[in-house]
Amino acid sequence: MLKKRIIPCLDIKDGRTVKGVNFVGLRDAGDAVELARRYVLEGADELVFLDITATVEHRKTLTELVKKVAEAINIPFTVGGGIRTLEDAQAIIKAGADKVSLNTSAVENPKLITEIAGQFGSQCVVLAIDTKLEENGEWMVYVHGGRTATTLHTVDWALEGERRGAGEILLTSMNNDGTKNGFAIDITRSVSEAVNIPVIASGGAGSMQHFAEVFQQTKASAALGATVFHFGEIPVPALKQFLKAQDIPVR
Amino acid sequence: MIAIIKYNAGNITSVEHAVKRLGLPCRVTDEIDEILCADKVIFPGVGEAKSAIKYLKDRELDEVIKSLLQPVLGICLGLQLMCRHSEEGDTPCMDIFDAAVKKFPALDIVPHMGWNNLEKVHTPLFRDFAKEDTVYFVHGYYAELCRHTIAQCDYILPFSAAMQKDNFYATQFHPEKSGSVGERILANFLRL
Repeated sequence: MLKKRIIPCLDIKDGRTVKGVNFVGLRDAGDAVELARRYVLEGADELVFLDITATVEHRKTLTELVKKVAEAINIPFTVGGGIRTLEDAQAIIKAGADKVSLNTSAVENPKLITEIAGQFGSQCVVLAIDTKLEENGEWMVYVHGGRTATTLHTVDWALEGERRGAGEILLTSMNNDGTKNGFAIDITRSVSEAVNIPVIASGGAGSMQHFAEVFQQTKASAALGATVFHFGEIPVPALKQFLKAQDIPVR
Repeated sequence: MIAIIKYNAGNITSVEHAVKRLGLPCRVTDEIDEILCADKVIFPGVGEAKSAIKYLKDRELDEVIKSLLQPVLGICLGLQLMCRHSEEGDTPCMDIFDAAVKKFPALDIVPHMGWNNLEKVHTPLFRDFAKEDTVYFVHGYYAELCRHTIAQCDYILPFSAAMQKDNFYATQFHPEKSGSVGERILANFLRL
């Protein structure tokens, strides 16, 4: 049976991990390769690297890091942040990433999804959507790291992304992100029922029960977490055991 | 020396890294002499069937692959190209395995992406494979079951997760991305 995936997300700045990585026994908490290896050993199903510098001068640093990660680990990984052109995507994929994730650049230039999918296949293109529940009850798409509102409705944009060739949707609820109050069940359910490609739920993970809920109450194929994993609040092996005990298929 | 066939498909560096992690020398190459002389040949690939076959035919690599006598391992698109025909672009393939490649019916999420179990595994490729072991798949087309199936997987319907005929082996999943389980399958192949 196809397993639900657990995906730790690592924020990268200038080629190093940032944001409270607090693993016992790591020689260098900023070393993305060492952290990635650690997650592989713990049973993470995939990894996401999000480059939060994403400026032109840092792209080379990122490409170098992607090469080192590709050499070191034997599970799939996605790289996102600042991929604006087909050439950016080519550099990251050639360096060894399995997938690239697009966010702002896909909203500004939806053809980019089709271009990258056309060259490398849909399975290489993850459409990352930052969504926010507005006061009028609509889930709207935000860009520029959540700073800029758009006129796109979340489910519509997910469907358009699928139609244009995205192979997967990474859906982050801005209302839930950082709250540790659980995933946004309603919008995750709406998007995962609307599209026929895998949806990764993101934003709000605070307990093992939250992961169980998102898998039991939506069609999400995967769930992503950052701080809960980095600080060791939820060890990946314990999470897998917990989900297994609730009959959720995990590796 | 292990030859990894270079063609217009992605994912070739991942395979190269995986072989190197096992401590074995390998070369990514499209030079026919080098492929013919290799101890083992890996035919990887993520991409689209029609353009991949065209690329191979233009360089006569399809005939070279079919003529090989040493162990050959096709991966993902590699497996599909070793079948009789693919629905993707209505493409005649290399006809090593007696199976057709079809698009998954949209009865569940397509592509089939993620970790899944294998059933009815046999041949030395799956030495030490345990029932609970899982491997990583990502594909929208599948090879039907046939007499060359050596492992099957059930997603939407049962399909060939691995195939073998004589010296030709192939996996629909990605051993190079399947953690320690995949590493063992790759090592089993390289030990053939």
